[in-house]
Amino acid sequence: MVTELAKPENKYQQAFRALKEVKPTVAWVELVRESAMDRFELLGFPTVHDEEWKYTNLASLAKEDFLPLAQQSELTSADVAGFSFPETSASNVVLVDGLLRTDLSQTKNLAGIVVVDLFDAIADARYSKLVRNYLARNANYHDKGLTALNTAFLQSGVFVLIPKNVKSESPLQITCVASGAEAGRASFPRLLIVAEENSSAQLVESYVSLGNQAYFTNVVVEVVVQDGARLEHTRLQQENAQAFQVASTSVELGRGSSYNSTAINLGAKLARHDISVVMNHEGAECWVDGLYVVGENQHTDTHSVIDHQQAYCNSHQLYKGILDANGRAVFNGKVFVREGAQKTDALQTNKNLLLSPQARVDTKPQLEIYADDVKCAHGAAIGQLDQDQLFYLEARGINPELGKSLLTYGFAEEVIEKIGIESIRTELDKAVMSRLHTRLEQS
Amino acid sequence: MLEIRNLHAAIDGKEILRGINLTVKKGEVHAIMGPNGSGKSTLAKVLAGHPDYVVTAGEVIFEGRNLLEMAPDVRAREGIFMAFQYPIEVPGVSNAQFLRLAYNEKQKHLGREELDPLEFKDLLKERAKVVEMEASFMTRSVNEGFSGGEKKRNEILQMAVLEPKLAVLDETDSGLDIDALRVVAGGVNQLQGPENAMIVVTHYQRLLNYIVPDFVHVLANGRIAREGGKELALELEEKGYDWIKTENQGSGAVAPAN
Repeated sequence: MVTELAKPENKYQQAFRALKEVKPTVAWVELVRESAMDRFELLGFPTVHDEEWKYTNLASLAKEDFLPLAQQSELTSADVAGFSFPETSASNVVLVDGLLRTDLSQTKNLAGIVVVDLFDAIADARYSKLVRNYLARNANYHDKGLTALNTAFLQSGVFVLIPKNVKSESPLQITCVASGAEAGRASFPRLLIVAEENSSAQLVESYVSLGNQAYFTNVVVEVVVQDGARLEHTRLQQENAQAFQVASTSVELGRGSSYNSTAINLGAKLARHDISVVMNHEGAECWVDGLYVVGENQHTDTHSVIDHQQAYCNSHQLYKGILDANGRAVFNGKVFVREGAQKTDALQTNKNLLLSPQARVDTKPQLEIYADDVKCAHGAAIGQLDQDQLFYLEARGINPELGKSLLTYGFAEEVIEKIGIESIRTELDKAVMSRLHTRLEQS
Repeated sequence: MLEIRNLHAAIDGKEILRGINLTVKKGEVHAIMGPNGSGKSTLAKVLAGHPDYVVTAGEVIFEGRNLLEMAPDVRAREGIFMAFQYPIEVPGVSNAQFLRLAYNEKQKHLGREELDPLEFKDLLKERAKVVEMEASFMTRSVNEGFSGGEKKRNEILQMAVLEPKLAVLDETDSGLDIDALRVVAGGVNQLQGPENAMIVVTHYQRLLNYIVPDFVHVLANGRIAREGGKELALELEEKGYDWIKTENQGSGAVAPAN
């Protein structure tokens, strides 16, 4: 046991030392990386003995030789052109294996939004104060081994600043491409998003891959939505079928702000997404929705925390899952209503559709309330397709196979239709359809 | 068009239909009436092929073919349409999407041309007039959040799009106010012609003021207890169902309850 744990740590430690030489940085970041590495060495990869990882076993990931590589992949714009959407064709920021590639990014139409390499922002007097204030503030690397690992390997990433009062009409996309250049690559995408007071923007965070090789993506995203700001955040995870992805999204909401997140999980062999929203100012509202679709040999896990620390905040959460073949899913949703968080309105729902007897889902919605004047509801459901609905479709001449696909599509649509960007909805409709092996067309 | 002979059907082992005989010809409108529990809705569901009902004896011949051997979706594509008493909500699937799929499945089955979304939109717009439905209903999820009246109108819209040979309306009047009833019945009348037929299942005579039947069949205890023309419905309205039940039991026509 001890030797098994020690092996990957040594490997990452070597890579860490190499990184320090190649990518030196300012003292405070150096300190953050050092202490994050210390934490990772102590914590290691989480195991199933950890309550938060009870149903997701990372043993196979910890055993593999995934390593960050220093050299850049030789990709051209043509390789990544297909990953943007019509709405984001002039505002698509591309990272390859976790490193920002300005040469592959399209930034003609940023509509007032500042996008810079996170490492450059650290060194830039205009942004260094903001970055120092917010980087590694909400993403906790002291207790979470994987966040610590990402933080230790901080060397690039994206800093997005939506300046005060800027209302952006066109969405910004951040595309994280796994090059698949060679097997065993580990990458650590890192995003820091700051939406300043009364700003408004749409953000698309997308994970795709070019090859079929196995790799490991460990993402940390920190989002700060300041007073009165609005952010619509769409997350698309379409890693390849061999990939491991662990990700954490940590959100902090200012007074009267609004945050609307839709996380779509379609890819990866093993995917874990932790999303936490801290509402520590009055009058904030959030929607934290998601859809996961798993099939043969896929495992997906979503852990969410919605933390109502102040009064008059609303949270709405709808996560839906479709499980086929021997696919597995985990949903764990915690809603905390802290003392004093009166007039909280919190709703959490998780619904799962099992299409195969081999599929399995473990769902655990949790509600902890320490205030007395609140409105909270939560629930989880696991089921098969509704027989009455199926008969209704058959009675209109739709054959049972097609009917099942249509109902499954309808189940997913309730989440997909929340996304504000039309071509993303269309692509997701197609992706879900093709996963369902149907001959359904768009209408 | 339809020949039902000695039809027996059960649900959960309990026999509901106990020997129905009924012949429906092209151009005819038949009303099936009867008290609660007489088996009228069961008859409609058996014709549509609802999986909960098991046919234990008898046969149903539709256009010269054994209907009971056909799966529900095949029956629908062959031209049988049941308007549901309680139309089902299908979240996430738009009315237009659902109807086009159903329409094209039928076209394909009959070896006819399928319609693309734009062509179908025109057809749908035309047919929606039959039940005075607004365009906004087409982009909404099937029956989701529809009022009772809107759901029934949506059933008739589906019927208008699918143009069945035989329509079976299962208590389409239940839960409708007088205005909605008029719209629904008006739609049904527009769709009735010399080449198709209808079976209208209803508890009350009220609907038959609008959809005038050629024949009225009264069910009691799973059998047809009384048959006649449209005037039979009026007689029922006046006397209620009790006299049929009593008369039937007196004649010994009803099998003892099991």
